[in-house]
Amino acid sequence: MKTFVCIKQVPDTSEAEVKVDSSGKAVDASRFSFDINDADNYAVEAAVQIKEAHEGTVTVVSMGPQSSDVMIRMAMAKGGDDAMRIEDSRINAVDPLSVAKVLAASIKDKEFDLVLTGCMASDDGHMSVGVAMAEELGVPHVSMVKDIEVLGDGKIKASRELEGGLMEVVEVTLPAVITIQTGINEPRYAPIRGIRQAQKKELSVLSLDDLGVPADQVDESASQIILNKLYVPEVVSAAEFIEGEPEEKAEKLASILIKGGHV
Amino acid sequence: MGDVLVVAEHRQGEIRDVTWEMLNLASQIAPDAGGQIVSVVLGSGIDDIAGSVAGASDKVLCVDDPLLENFNGEKYQKVLSALIDEHKPLIVMIPQTAEGVDYAPALAVEKGLPYLTELVGLKIDGGKPVAERQYYQGKVNAEFSFKDADTYLFTIREAAFEAIEPAKQGSVEKVDSPLKEDIDYRKFLEYVEAEVGDVDITQSEKLLALGRGIKEEKNVPDMEELAKYLGADMCGSRAAVDAGWLPHDRQVGTSGKVVKPKLYLALGISGAFQHLAGIKGAKTVVAVNKDPNAPIFAEADYAIVDDLFKVVPKLVEKLKEEKGA
Repeated sequence: MKTFVCIKQVPDTSEAEVKVDSSGKAVDASRFSFDINDADNYAVEAAVQIKEAHEGTVTVVSMGPQSSDVMIRMAMAKGGDDAMRIEDSRINAVDPLSVAKVLAASIKDKEFDLVLTGCMASDDGHMSVGVAMAEELGVPHVSMVKDIEVLGDGKIKASRELEGGLMEVVEVTLPAVITIQTGINEPRYAPIRGIRQAQKKELSVLSLDDLGVPADQVDESASQIILNKLYVPEVVSAAEFIEGEPEEKAEKLASILIKGGHV
Repeated sequence: MGDVLVVAEHRQGEIRDVTWEMLNLASQIAPDAGGQIVSVVLGSGIDDIAGSVAGASDKVLCVDDPLLENFNGEKYQKVLSALIDEHKPLIVMIPQTAEGVDYAPALAVEKGLPYLTELVGLKIDGGKPVAERQYYQGKVNAEFSFKDADTYLFTIREAAFEAIEPAKQGSVEKVDSPLKEDIDYRKFLEYVEAEVGDVDITQSEKLLALGRGIKEEKNVPDMEELAKYLGADMCGSRAAVDAGWLPHDRQVGTSGKVVKPKLYLALGISGAFQHLAGIKGAKTVVAVNKDPNAPIFAEADYAIVDDLFKVVPKLVEKLKEEKGA
C-alpha cells in the first residue's frame, strides 16, 4: 500500500485572542504557537497503522513555510518514509481549490493507492481540500471517515461520521482519497529512536516550477474568489462578566450558582 | 442574474433543518438575484419530501431514482453537474454538512465554478454575490467578492440562518435521472446508529462541559470533583471526546448531542459553532475561558475571563463549604 498523507501546520487559537494585521487581509500570527492540524494528526496515525498492517510506504506532503519542517519530521518519526514540502509564495493559499490543485500535482505522477488528509483544517475550516484533490486526481473519495478497514481486493471499507453520530458505511475502490475525522484513532507520540531516524529521511522542498504547475493556474489571478477583508466580529454577549481576582470570581460564581438553586 | 438553486438535504425520510435555513437565505437573495428559488431533491420515493420543500420554493426539481436511494457523494456530483448545465442557476447552495462536504468541492472543481464554503452571510450587490464566512472557529470574519461568472457555488453553515416557515406552493417537476447506471467504485453499505451510553446527557438537568482548555487527562479528575459538588453530569466538546477524556455519547454539538439542561458550565470551550448549536436549549450557561473574545461568551449568561485552573479549585472549595454548612 503506497500512501500519501497531506498535513498542514496551523496556529493553536483555542484560547488565544486573534487579531487582524495592518493589511486587513491576514491575522497577526506573531504570538501564535503552531502545530500540526488536529485532523491531519489523526490522518498520519491512520497512514502509519495501515503501513504497519499491510506494508508499503507513507509519504508526508505539506504546503507551507520552512517552519513546518518540525511537524513534517515528527510525522516521519512516527512512521513516514519520506516527505515533500511545497513552498511557493505565488500560490493563493486563501483558495482551497488552488491548494488542492498544487497538492494533487505533487502526487499525480507517482504511484499511489491511498491519499489521506484531515477532513478539516482548524484555521480555515473549508473541509474541501481532500475532496477537491480527488477530483483533480480523477479518483474516488470518501470524506469524514472515522473507521477504515482495508479489504484486500483493492478496496477499503470506510465509515463516515454524519451528524448526531450516525455512521454511513461505504466501500470504495483504490486508489482513492480519504479525509479523516478526528477521533478515528489514538495518535501516537513519536518514539525517540524515530525522531533520530527522521532527521536522516528525505524531505524535498518543491516549488511550482519543480511540480510543473504554471503559476497562473494557482495564483491570485487564477482564483475566482477575492478576499476583501478580515475583521474580528464583535461577540454580542448578554452575559454578566464576573470580575475580580480568580478567587473573587470563584466566590461570586459560587453564590450565583447557589442563589440560582443549582447546588 | 438568475435562479437560486438549493440542494435540499434529507436523511432517512426526514428533511434536515439546514434545508429550511438555506431556503430562508434563498428567499432573502432571490429578489436581488432576479430569479426563482429552485430546490433540488435527490433520492428514491421522495414525493413527500419534494412536496414539503415546494412549500418554500418556486419550483422543485425532483430526481427520483432507485440509484439515489442512499446518499452517495459521487452520484450527487454527477446529478448536480447535469442539473447545473441544464438550468444555469446564478447561485447554487449546498449545506456544509457531512453530506455537502462530500460532493461540493469536487463539483466546484469539475465545473470550474467560483466556490466558497460555510457562508454565514450572503447578499447580491449589483448582480454579484458578496459573501461572509468565518475563520479560526468563529474568531475572525471574512468578506469575499468573486470574479464574474454565470454560476457561483456556495456551501451554507448549519444553524446560521433561521428556518423559513413554508408559505409558497411551488411546482414539483420530475426530472429524468442523469444516472444511466450504478457506479462501482463507491458503494453505500449501511447506516450504523451511535452507541448508547450509561448517562443520557440530553436529559441531564446540570452539565459540566470540558473543552480543549482542560489540556491534559490528568486535569480531568479535578473537574469531576466540581461536577460531583454540583450534582452535574460530565460532557464535552469534540476535542475533549477525541482526546479520550470522555466517551463519545457525552459529546455535545452537531456531531454529538443537542442538550437542554438548566445549567451548562463550560470550561475551556472556545465555542465553535458546531458546539454552540448543541447548547441553544440550555437555560443558564456559565463559561470560563481565557480569551475574552471566545465565541462561547455569546451564548453565556455568566462569563469568567480567566485561567480555569485558578478558578475551578476555588469554586470547588466554596461549594464544599456550602455543602458542609
